[in-house]
Amino acid sequence: MLHRLSHLLGIETLSSEQIAFILDQSKPFQEFQRHPLKKLATLRGKTVAVAFFEPSTRTRISFTTAASRLGADTMALQAESSSLKKGESLIDTVRTLEAMRPDGIVIRHSSSGAPEFVAERLEIPVLNAGDGTHEHPTQALLDALTIRDRKGKLEGLNVTILGDILHSRVARSNINLLSKMGARVTLCGPAMWLPRDLAFLAPNLRLTHRIEEALEGAEVVMVLRVQTERIHEPSLAPDEYIAGYQLTPARLQLARPGALVLHPGPIVRGLEIDSAVADGPQSGVLEQVTNGLAVRMALLYHLIGGASADAPHPAKDRTNASD
Amino acid sequence: MTPAMRVVEKRQLLSAEEIGRTLQRLAHEIVERTGGAKDLALIGVRRRGVPLANRLARQIRGFAQVAVPVGTLDITLYRDDLSTVGPQPVVQSTDIDFVVDNRDLVIVDDVLYTGRTIRAAMNGLFDLGRPKRIRLCVLIDRGHRELPVEASFIGQTVQTSDTEIVEVRLEEIDGEERAVLVDRVP
Repeated sequence: MLHRLSHLLGIETLSSEQIAFILDQSKPFQEFQRHPLKKLATLRGKTVAVAFFEPSTRTRISFTTAASRLGADTMALQAESSSLKKGESLIDTVRTLEAMRPDGIVIRHSSSGAPEFVAERLEIPVLNAGDGTHEHPTQALLDALTIRDRKGKLEGLNVTILGDILHSRVARSNINLLSKMGARVTLCGPAMWLPRDLAFLAPNLRLTHRIEEALEGAEVVMVLRVQTERIHEPSLAPDEYIAGYQLTPARLQLARPGALVLHPGPIVRGLEIDSAVADGPQSGVLEQVTNGLAVRMALLYHLIGGASADAPHPAKDRTNASD
Repeated sequence: MTPAMRVVEKRQLLSAEEIGRTLQRLAHEIVERTGGAKDLALIGVRRRGVPLANRLARQIRGFAQVAVPVGTLDITLYRDDLSTVGPQPVVQSTDIDFVVDNRDLVIVDDVLYTGRTIRAAMNGLFDLGRPKRIRLCVLIDRGHRELPVEASFIGQTVQTSDTEIVEVRLEEIDGEERAVLVDRVP
């Protein structure tokens, strides 16, 4: 159960039961997004530090809004990772934040493993909002929630992940989650972004460099953003990528009828995906954004709220046994 | 640490038959004191208020030929003891598929005790809109209020001590039907 979880560092360390629990707990918060009055007092008096050492708009806004809708306050830290030396200066920065007594910290960092490093040194819950090329657990959870809503299940589904798998933390978290939940995952991309050893990320992964092969029978197609900022080696020319891997209406025809198309955003229109697909009826892109709020509210509620496990019980039990 | 407690049943408060008769009476009272059932809607508080609200609606449909909408409310996010109860309680869904604005709402729950659940329920309802009126219907009022909350429709009032627990067991949830008074003994 999530009750035993003190941080959210990645999908890799979660059990399938914990994943299912988080998805189930996101349902009431999905419905909450439709309320006319979107403000709870559930986490009133709690403060969430939102520390982004790497640029981000949607994830940061999503976490901040999720905290605010639960009634918590946020303190934001926006720093350029280049101005901070890894290791000591990272820990100095978060220790400064900790001294302001937040009840939890959401962290994004360009170094893989930074959230874990922080979690080992602070007493408060740490939520990973994306670390290097390692994991982006809340993205995988909101993707799974969107898939489950549209397809009714995760188990046995054919899911194709398309693009720069090598540099993508979104892909890594999704591969972990989908494999744990029993989906059949196909990875597809140009050879330099899909080295053979990625097959060892999870059991039963299928790898292919041919998009036609990857799309055949797919019930979900996850398109990754081409991350120019994370690519250091000579990259593929955009027109080559478009010719080989852009998800176009014609290519989507190769997938199962009604296949769901997901994209973590921000979309580079006309590069990895054609606008007709991104805005088409099979696209779940905007649902992903709304579901992101629900997942993050559920996580903040369970991780930040509540008394710590070893705190004494100040109030006697007044709940009726029939409650 | 609290010493290990044993729970013993002291007496039965309501039999299955008595629960049935009580709900019938409550359904009639609700319709009578609402002046018809035009804007009426019932809100069952999770968990045991939900089957009770559904049964009341069925009764009302039976004798007044009015389909009264029933909603389900989960009060978890509105509890006032969340920072004291240890791990966060699991959140359930709230299913109210009608507009609460200008509705004549009756909150339905099994036991009225401190009044804190009902305070939370009212907060939850106000987040959905502005009802015309909110009243409360409970199967058992056991006293010991900590907030100025009273029920408009009461099945049975029971004198209890602070250590006692009123347990309402319903067919839909518990597979049996009766209300009992139990006590915690060290």
